[in-house]
Amino acid sequence: MNVAVLQFPGSNCDQDVVHVVRNVLGHSARLLWHKQPSLGAVDTVVVPGGFAYGDYLRTGAIARFSPVMEAVQAFAANGGLVLGICNGFQILCEAGLLPGALIRNRSLQFHCEHIFLKTATADSPFTNRIPPDKLMRLPIAHGEGCYFADEATLARLKANNQILWRYVDAQGEATEAANPNGSLDSIAGICNEARNVAGLMPHPERASEAILGCADGRLVFESMIHAVTSKLEAKAA
Amino acid sequence: MRPSVGDRINWPSRQGCLTIGPVCGTTLFNSMKAKIIITPKKAVLDPQGKTVQSALAHIGYTGISDVRVGKYLEVELDGTDREGARKAIDEACHKILSNPVIEDYRFEIE
Repeated sequence: MNVAVLQFPGSNCDQDVVHVVRNVLGHSARLLWHKQPSLGAVDTVVVPGGFAYGDYLRTGAIARFSPVMEAVQAFAANGGLVLGICNGFQILCEAGLLPGALIRNRSLQFHCEHIFLKTATADSPFTNRIPPDKLMRLPIAHGEGCYFADEATLARLKANNQILWRYVDAQGEATEAANPNGSLDSIAGICNEARNVAGLMPHPERASEAILGCADGRLVFESMIHAVTSKLEAKAA
Repeated sequence: MRPSVGDRINWPSRQGCLTIGPVCGTTLFNSMKAKIIITPKKAVLDPQGKTVQSALAHIGYTGISDVRVGKYLEVELDGTDREGARKAIDEACHKILSNPVIEDYRFEIE
């Protein structure tokens, strides 16, 4: 897998993604400055976490107009895999690549903690390697992670099986107490209708090695690797 | 030094108060000012508004049924073409200044 990791002024999880892809998973990754008008030869784009443009105006509002985002739009329209993590999820929503928006946490507090995540479907390039009953323990670190969409959009997300991850408690139940930010329907991550663009608030790249206390995040990247390699194999056959 | 008419001052822009172009307290005769108000949509949770509401109640302001916290932007525009300015600001509000998924906006040009 060949990953382009976008870098905006204010991105701060970009190096973590590159480290996981290169050093933990043994695939290739390179950083791509937001002023670049093209992606080059890549088969996956990761929009990393951080505070692009200082979150001025709204999270992701200014970053979505960076030149590289036009290339990402075209790449996504062609079926390319795009994953947005935390601020990257906010940017993809602002860009209209994913439906809905992320607003201030219900508590108004910045939440920096580990949560449990339940994968709602294995039917996506981002979840195909995650066992159905697996609860992933991942860190979150955000002030604006409350997922919102209007009723019609939420109904469409459910009807098309686009909700990928929900916040749950240690027993796997999506309770109010286990919802760290007030997200609608405990939504932590979604994909688009074509299933090639996804975003989530938790940080899989910060939990992909045992030495960091948890390696569950690897499953997300391994799913993407599986999706990309099986697509390439199908092409070659 | 007091700014005089026509000077361009770089005003520090902050979240919630974006100021572009000349700032002299009054609008210059060959320029216009758009005053934009952005508010969270009715259906959107506004925890900031709720917190302000309970703070108001806490210090004795009774009879307040709801508080919504939004943003106010002042945008200085060159020229006097109000219709053109209206169109441009409306487009900018829709495209970047507000997010139609979660916010409503309204503005006036003076």
